Amino acid sequence: MPAKVEKTIFSAEVRRKDMSENELLEAIERYVNGEMTAAERAHFEILRNENPEINSKVTEHKHFTGLIRQYGERLELEKRLNAIHDEIDVHTLEDELMIHPSWIVNLWRNHHSKISVAASIAIFAVLCTLFFTGYLSNREVNYLRLRGEVAKINQKADKINDQLNNLKRPKKTYDNPGKYRGTGFAITASGLIATNYHVIEGADSVYVQNAAGKSFKAKVIHSEPENDIAILRIEDTAFRNLGVIPYTFKRAQSDLAESVYTYGYSQESPVYDDGKLTSANGLNGDSLNYQISIPINPGNSGGPLMDSRGNVIGIIQAKQTQMEGVHFAVKASYLLNAIDSLDNKVNLNYKNTLASFNTVQQVKKLKNYVFMIKVYNQ
Amino acid sequence: MSKELNSGIPTDSEVILGILNNSESVLKRLYTGYFPMVLQLIINNNGDGDDAKDIYQEAIIILYNKVKTGDFELSSKLKTYIYSVCRRLWLKRLSQMNRYGGDIRDFEEYLSVVDDTEKNNERDVQFNKMGKALRSLGEPCKTIIEDFYINDRSMQEICESFGYTNADNAKTQKYKCLQRLKKLFFQQK
Repeated sequence: MPAKVEKTIFSAEVRRKDMSENELLEAIERYVNGEMTAAERAHFEILRNENPEINSKVTEHKHFTGLIRQYGERLELEKRLNAIHDEIDVHTLEDELMIHPSWIVNLWRNHHSKISVAASIAIFAVLCTLFFTGYLSNREVNYLRLRGEVAKINQKADKINDQLNNLKRPKKTYDNPGKYRGTGFAITASGLIATNYHVIEGADSVYVQNAAGKSFKAKVIHSEPENDIAILRIEDTAFRNLGVIPYTFKRAQSDLAESVYTYGYSQESPVYDDGKLTSANGLNGDSLNYQISIPINPGNSGGPLMDSRGNVIGIIQAKQTQMEGVHFAVKASYLLNAIDSLDNKVNLNYKNTLASFNTVQQVKKLKNYVFMIKVYNQ
Repeated sequence: MSKELNSGIPTDSEVILGILNNSESVLKRLYTGYFPMVLQLIINNNGDGDDAKDIYQEAIIILYNKVKTGDFELSSKLKTYIYSVCRRLWLKRLSQMNRYGGDIRDFEEYLSVVDDTEKNNERDVQFNKMGKALRSLGEPCKTIIEDFYINDRSMQEICESFGYTNADNAKTQKYKCLQRLKKLFFQQK
């Protein structure tokens, strides 16, 4: 309801019973404040007792004026309290009375979220590092590896002990295979053996094994690296004279297209191969070599190159070449020169007993004079 | 400073007599004497200086009214009573603001003062209603009512200060004002 309308209605209502209402109020007020004369008071009290409406109005007025007074008093009190309060230095008091937790507690309170995040990241990083470096998963493996290493070291120590023991007693058996294998053939019955220099190059000890599988210790008595020729002498007490050498050495140049063959230890057992003499010179016109069309394997190195009449015309040189099916042999003249240069005069066999035999018979004879060369190199 | 204040705290019976006699100096010593205790309670329990002022003044008013109406019996130390009232009021305020964590840091002994604070609630409601009614009454009614019923000024004085030609007019005006105030007061819910 708008205030103005309310006001007009209100004032109209009051005006109607203006006099009586206001007079009554004044009477009540005077009665409550004790301003009435004794006669008035007695009269009013009778009126009050007779009329409950008036009685309730008196109580109501008392109560309401009491409320107004209370309101005023409280307002007044608050004013006084505020005035007192304004004199107090609240800020200084606050500083004095505030409980200051230790700096570490404050740090935690102010930054606990940041600290938590940092700690989580740190833990995560450590775990990641451990995980990716394999620390978490490979501990057992590392341990086992370590055990393996210890076992290996023990084995090595045992091996060294064994070797020390072996050094004390000389070797009785020589039938273990050598590291490098080649072929050699007898020059004299007394045990001179011709082979390639590259077969015995760098050897500590050399053994030769005959067709019967028996090994003899041999010594390198002459070597010509430039011509790839080496001459050994069997120096073993078990060695007996070979008997007369059936073949001879041909110093003269052989002809092209001559049938040639070889016999050697390209495998455990002796192997026969034949072919033709294809060139009087080796690679790039090297006059040291013949070029031959015999399939050659590394074990053939040092073997004899025979012609069809049982003459040694060269030493097989089974070096790797770039060209397929092309192999070389050192010419026998170089071997003869080497034999000539030995300190002790060597009497070569000049009587060829193979010349009248066919190839099969020749090879059968040849067998006892061709050796497997075994090289030990520790 | 606080020591100086502490030495100025009046005894409990001094306070009661002082309130009954409207003694300004006792009120001041009482107020300054116990304020640090209440400030400590409030600021260490999620409150600030202004909160402490509100709560403390409310407690003093409760004590004041209780003593004035004559139903104050000193069953404990006045200090404990004031602390308890402030504690209760502050807990209520905290839960109203949803800042109460279920835990309060105490500095003094305390006792239950539920009745007193509830009674004060009713008084507060009426005080606020009266304040509103008076403000909406408007001038000159407000001043006439305040002068006559609160400040105890005579109708003659009021008549002169408002320039009414005779006291009867002033009286009529006063009763009109009183009727309106009643209406405004009881209209409120």
